[in-house]
Amino acid sequence: MNVLYFAWVRERIGLPREQVETKAKTVADLVVELSAREERYALAFADISALRVALDQVLSDFDAPLDGVKEVAFFPPMTGG
Amino acid sequence: MDIRVQEEAFDLGVEARDFAQKTRASGAVVTFTGIVRDTADGTLDYMDIEHYPGMTEAALRQIADDALTKWSLEDAMILHRIGKMRAGEMIMMVATAARHRKDAFEAAEFLMDFLKSRAPFWKKEVTKEGVTWVEARDEDEDALSRWSS
Repeated sequence: MNVLYFAWVRERIGLPREQVETKAKTVADLVVELSAREERYALAFADISALRVALDQVLSDFDAPLDGVKEVAFFPPMTGG
Repeated sequence: MDIRVQEEAFDLGVEARDFAQKTRASGAVVTFTGIVRDTADGTLDYMDIEHYPGMTEAALRQIADDALTKWSLEDAMILHRIGKMRAGEMIMMVATAARHRKDAFEAAEFLMDFLKSRAPFWKKEVTKEGVTWVEARDEDEDALSRWSS
């Protein structure tokens, strides 16, 4: 699946998007997998209460299942307007 | 319903006039405009707004659709800029048209409340001292609950 990062999540991880092969069942499982990769991921995901997630471009939750999801995006709370 | 995400500056007068001229059944048009605010110490070099192409447009359309369902509106528009802007520049605007002003005012507030916390935009302030991502405020999240009834 495609994993996208925005704002300071993108800056901490150091890339805007990547292709990830995973068997993670939920968003939270994917976060655990990514955090285990490298320090920069662990730093970005250190406090998921400070993060939001979108599945196929719709806001979702960290306990949401990833079945059939093609695009996951992680970002901080939005600050439009 | 006009939803636009663009880098270019916009002319509030032209946008508001064009929006108002398209209406026929409305006696009230409300517009709101967001402007880049300087930092408290007046050192803002520029603001940079990032977004999530695709999701942004879908989220804005959903928010406008919800407003059209909730209030008796003839039309609504949302225009939001991305990229670099200096203090005093216009960031975004919403407009609503309704038979009577109460619907137009309330719907415009609703659009703003949801746009601030549910549309994927992120603001970054750049000063000579460095770069700061603008943090979401709890009040903005709390503002959504008043529309849940």
